[in-house]
Amino acid sequence: MKPSKLLLGCMCLLLSFSLYAQKEVNKNHSCLKCHAHRTYKYMNEDFGMEIKESMCSNRMIDTLAYQQSNHGMFKCTDCHSPEYETFPHSGNLRMELMYACNDCHAGDPEYAKFHFEAIEEAFYESMHYNRSPDAFTCWSCHNPHTYKTQARIGEKISETVSYDNNICLSCHADVSKYELLTERENINILKSHEWLPNQELHFKNVRCIECHTQLSDSLLVSHVVMPKDSAIRECTSCHSANSHLMASLYRYKSLESRKGSGFLNAVIINDSYVIGANRNKYLNILSVVIFGLVLIGIFTHTIFRIFKSK
Amino acid sequence: MANEKLYLYPLWIRIWHWLNAALFIILLLTGISMQYSNPENPFLISFELSVQLHNICGIALSINYLLFIFGNLFTSNGKQYKMKTKGLFKRLYDQSVFYLFGMFKKQDPPFPISLENKFNPLQRFIYSTAMYIGFPIIIASGMAMLFPEIIIPQLFGVSGLLVTALLHAIIGFVLSLFLFIHIYVCTIGNSIISNFRSMITGWH
Repeated sequence: MKPSKLLLGCMCLLLSFSLYAQKEVNKNHSCLKCHAHRTYKYMNEDFGMEIKESMCSNRMIDTLAYQQSNHGMFKCTDCHSPEYETFPHSGNLRMELMYACNDCHAGDPEYAKFHFEAIEEAFYESMHYNRSPDAFTCWSCHNPHTYKTQARIGEKISETVSYDNNICLSCHADVSKYELLTERENINILKSHEWLPNQELHFKNVRCIECHTQLSDSLLVSHVVMPKDSAIRECTSCHSANSHLMASLYRYKSLESRKGSGFLNAVIINDSYVIGANRNKYLNILSVVIFGLVLIGIFTHTIFRIFKSK
Repeated sequence: MANEKLYLYPLWIRIWHWLNAALFIILLLTGISMQYSNPENPFLISFELSVQLHNICGIALSINYLLFIFGNLFTSNGKQYKMKTKGLFKRLYDQSVFYLFGMFKKQDPPFPISLENKFNPLQRFIYSTAMYIGFPIIIASGMAMLFPEIIIPQLFGVSGLLVTALLHAIIGFVLSLFLFIHIYVCTIGNSIISNFRSMITGWH
């Protein structure tokens, strides 16, 4: 093949890739030109005027977060009615029922590792669902426009802790969202956790769900959120060799890290320090050996003292 | 030598010493109880109580350490912790040989106790290392864990908190070995309890 033809071929390939990428970015353009902004404009044909309106905050989409989210590859109308493509949107469209996770993910072998069916069963047992069965859905915690499986992709445990805790705080620290789901009085988290020593440190480094969900061996994240009376209050549940923390996120991270580096306990050692839970086998053995040698030395010296004093 | 009474330990040293001993033992027991925390082990202090006691005693020990530092700065006791490097190894060797062999042959100590030399070279070396290297490290790392926001988050790719905690535990372990050896060596006196009595009365 002549070099000029090869060059032309490469250029065509690059152009087609570029056009494809452009199309991908633009697939939601008609929706996001309004829904990605605080304000939007439309032409009022009757009066021949351009009208500027403010966008309702819960109808706004964070485009960057959406692109990075698990569902970022979808067109808006993959989940929302295609009728939204016409503007002004029909009032009836507000009544459309939203999909829940298992409407798409149930029974799909590709998603089997996420255990969506088991998650749904656990969710029905959760205090959240049982207190507000009509209002509480998957989306109450997992915003479909921003949600990403942080624990599986996050490099650091601290980032996953922060991401996951922000999900809880999106209601428990925001009265307006909390009131959408329940008639109960908002809980003051700082006050209800006053008993917890080093509160700030715990909040930064431990996920709410570590203490507030029922342990599950089969699920990475247990979805049985328990009433507050059942939450863990024992320090030694985490601060011990058999640490509760090793049951979920830390176990997962440890297993993943072991796959990569072959070093057991690598994550809990590198990423965090939990007194009582972090135990280095080799240091433990070394300390026992040194301590034993000192005791043997003292014992031998004592024997000689007794023997020689006679 | 045995009949000559020396006033070696003034009141402030005795107060500092026994306070330090009591606080250190509580810190050791609570530290072990936290490090090896296990609610099913009846010999360990409960985790909640250990945390509180360890924090309180850690702060108290740090304040008491200031008494030691200021006392040594403003009295002649500070001189007891100074060493000449020249011939140090020989002096340490001679004292060790005495503890290992000489004392069993009823030999006289190579470095008899006097007002100027309260400690033999081995004691001088170990006490200085413990008090001027071990204690500052364990106090600084302990304070850092009491205020973890001051700790560097990452040190050579490892959690700064973990490095601090490891350092704290390792120095704690070494100092606890010192405690055991110190108590044992104190039984080597005119009688088993004479050195303990000296630290109560001040007279050797």
